[in-house]
Amino acid sequence: MNSEPNSTLNPDTLPLPFCPGCGHGTILENLDQALIKLELKPEEAVIVTDIGCAGLSDKYFSTHAFHGLHGRSATYATGIKLARPELKVIVLVGDGGFGIGGHHFLNAARRNIGIKVLVFNNFNYGMTGGEHSVTTPPGALTSSTPKGNLEQPLDIVSSVGVNGANLAARTTVFEPDLSSMIARVLDYPGFCLVDIWEICTAYYGPQNRFNKTSLEETLQELNFGTGVLFKKDRQEFSRRYRESLVGEKDRREILQIQDLEPCCQSSLSEKKEVVIAGAAGAKIATAGSLFSQGAIYAGLQAAQRGNYPVTVKTGHSIAEVTLSPEEILSVEVEKPAVLIALFPEGFEKVQHLIARMDDQDLLILHEDLPEISTEAETWRLNYGKTGRWRRKDRYRALMAVGKYLQESSLYPLEALEEAVRLKPAYAEENLAALQASQKIEVLRR
Amino acid sequence: MTAFMDGNQAVALGALDAGCDFFAGYPITPATEILLHLSRVLPEVGGLVIQGEDEIASLGFCIGAAMSGRRAMTATSGPGISLYSENIGLAIMGEVPLVIVNVQRMGPATGAATTGAQGDTQFLRWSTSGGYPVIVLAPTTVKECYQLTLKAFQLAERFRVPVFLATDKETAQTKTSLELNRAADAAPERITAPPGELFYPLGMEELDQVPPMSPFGGPHILRFTTSSHDNEGYLTKDPEALDRLNRHLWEKIEQHKEEISLVETDLEDGAEHLILSYGISARSARAALKQARSAGTKVSLLTVHSLWPVPETAIRKALEGIRTVIVPELNLGQYTREIERLTNDNQQVIGVHRVDGGLISPDQILREGGLV
Repeated sequence: MNSEPNSTLNPDTLPLPFCPGCGHGTILENLDQALIKLELKPEEAVIVTDIGCAGLSDKYFSTHAFHGLHGRSATYATGIKLARPELKVIVLVGDGGFGIGGHHFLNAARRNIGIKVLVFNNFNYGMTGGEHSVTTPPGALTSSTPKGNLEQPLDIVSSVGVNGANLAARTTVFEPDLSSMIARVLDYPGFCLVDIWEICTAYYGPQNRFNKTSLEETLQELNFGTGVLFKKDRQEFSRRYRESLVGEKDRREILQIQDLEPCCQSSLSEKKEVVIAGAAGAKIATAGSLFSQGAIYAGLQAAQRGNYPVTVKTGHSIAEVTLSPEEILSVEVEKPAVLIALFPEGFEKVQHLIARMDDQDLLILHEDLPEISTEAETWRLNYGKTGRWRRKDRYRALMAVGKYLQESSLYPLEALEEAVRLKPAYAEENLAALQASQKIEVLRR
Repeated sequence: MTAFMDGNQAVALGALDAGCDFFAGYPITPATEILLHLSRVLPEVGGLVIQGEDEIASLGFCIGAAMSGRRAMTATSGPGISLYSENIGLAIMGEVPLVIVNVQRMGPATGAATTGAQGDTQFLRWSTSGGYPVIVLAPTTVKECYQLTLKAFQLAERFRVPVFLATDKETAQTKTSLELNRAADAAPERITAPPGELFYPLGMEELDQVPPMSPFGGPHILRFTTSSHDNEGYLTKDPEALDRLNRHLWEKIEQHKEEISLVETDLEDGAEHLILSYGISARSARAALKQARSAGTKVSLLTVHSLWPVPETAIRKALEGIRTVIVPELNLGQYTREIERLTNDNQQVIGVHRVDGGLISPDQILREGGLV
């Protein structure tokens, strides 16, 4: 072994540590031959190993090495390949590692990330005492199936093959030209895997009198083919990602934060809590944001907290806005000075807040909402004279906020208009809605 | 500049300004927006953002990329930290510079999705096997989300360890106005082994020193392993090598507690009460302090930004002359135990807790802390 001048095996760490007759050594020698054939230099390859006997392998190569956790080898390999597409990233994993990390291999195949996977498949856990694995054939005796395995073995090659692997193959350690098969897997672009069947001479072999002949019979019985069984020509993922998404823009330019330099003044001298209660999909959070940004333009501090269910397009949506001339420390509204309820879904959810309001507070209700007994001053909003805006649920909240600002001295309407202009795509309609809000009739009580 | 944003956006902005160029994550409320913000901007500036098939894969991608020279970050919430656990151990063992954001929500398990909490204070410190130290930072405001994200990247490079940013649902998803000064060229220096010289993964002279890195594809052959390893990165069970590795992983943090320590103090002469808090509850602590002082009570305040390692010197100093320490936190008493071990027999620790999904109010602190 390692007689070739270009061998990638590391003379300082040899010999290999495996049991006499174990297939692992054969696979590693053929991997070395494949790397020589492809003229890969040690610095151009990363060998990522999983856990178990196969996980010992990286030590014996002079390439880069990453020895990771059980079943997660495909994830580290994916991270390395994404970061350094020019590297040859080779995963060495046993049938145990493929079992625990199966999900990662399916997704690596689906993405077609260009990692090359060699499965050391000997149908049992050789390091922990010969327990059965996801690939153990039916009826087989293992230390954890003393009366024979009842489970169906996983077809590793088909699993990755039907899920997008660019190349998926099966072979055995008895294949005379194993190194050519490995070289083919290493050299083909995209996600490539070869499932290499072999014999564990410590456990699975002796327990099942399993030899070359029975291995070949098992392949026949399961109807598992050998050779390259899946082949596609999809673009490799790390290259595809770069070509499709990666740009060269300047970090300082990419994310422009809008500067809300104050343009006018507010009369507010102490903290004020305002709640807008509405329905999902009715732009309640947007109205809360615009109201807050307007307040900031008027020189105030603002905080906006949302309250909504886990669903998206149903149920309530509530915006809790706290405004203050000073830093806002508590963001949870306790007793709103102003509560604007516009839809039944939100109205129902703020009854406890309405109950805390007194005659110093203001309750603003849409005309359609039911009567409620409260000590707070109450305004009823009638949108009847706003023309086409009357039935536009998505503008109801912004218009209510606009009307409130027109009728109160909290801060000038122009500050809210300034906030609306922050999003040019929506500015025109929102400004028109604010204009129309002047026609909302307020019934005071 | 005056900005209006929430904590998740501030974290994303901090990552961008800190030179983050790799992010992988899996959607989870209330952390998802960090993935969404960075998906929009990082690829545009040459970075990569990928949504993993689960949290385990996401952190695995980050670790692979970080060891290939990227500045990596991930973000999740409590259930995701549970899934990260094993890879956090790997990152400690392999000395991977990483930033992990935990936008806390109420647990255990899925909890009351999605309700804020500070229930992961001890979990973040002890989330993986072996008990080796990590660094945990906790912002109290949106502005600090930005600042401490920069700090987290700096500490990750300095100590080659996972650095957690522990925010919470309320800080992450409440938009606030803030005065923001964006840091220019905030990317921390990465200490790499010089080309042309021999490289050893554990190539430091003193146990508390941090060895320089050399990435996959770089000028040296890198041997990375999740197992106990010797100077050259080979698996070992040699007692001397094990002792050196394990003490190194411990000492590089524990010997540098003072360097990591980040607190804000507002101490009052003659005060016998100290409010000690962190994260979202520290905001109410500040409000309670104002109220207590305006009512004529002498009170001191200590806000802890670096939860782990515990900034013991700063806490001990703040405890001088104090009779009662009031510790508000959104759990049933986690950081209190760190304070209890630093107090003497004449000092009483009063935990102020809330686990019904609401926030601790300044009134609750004053009332339960005996300040009214």
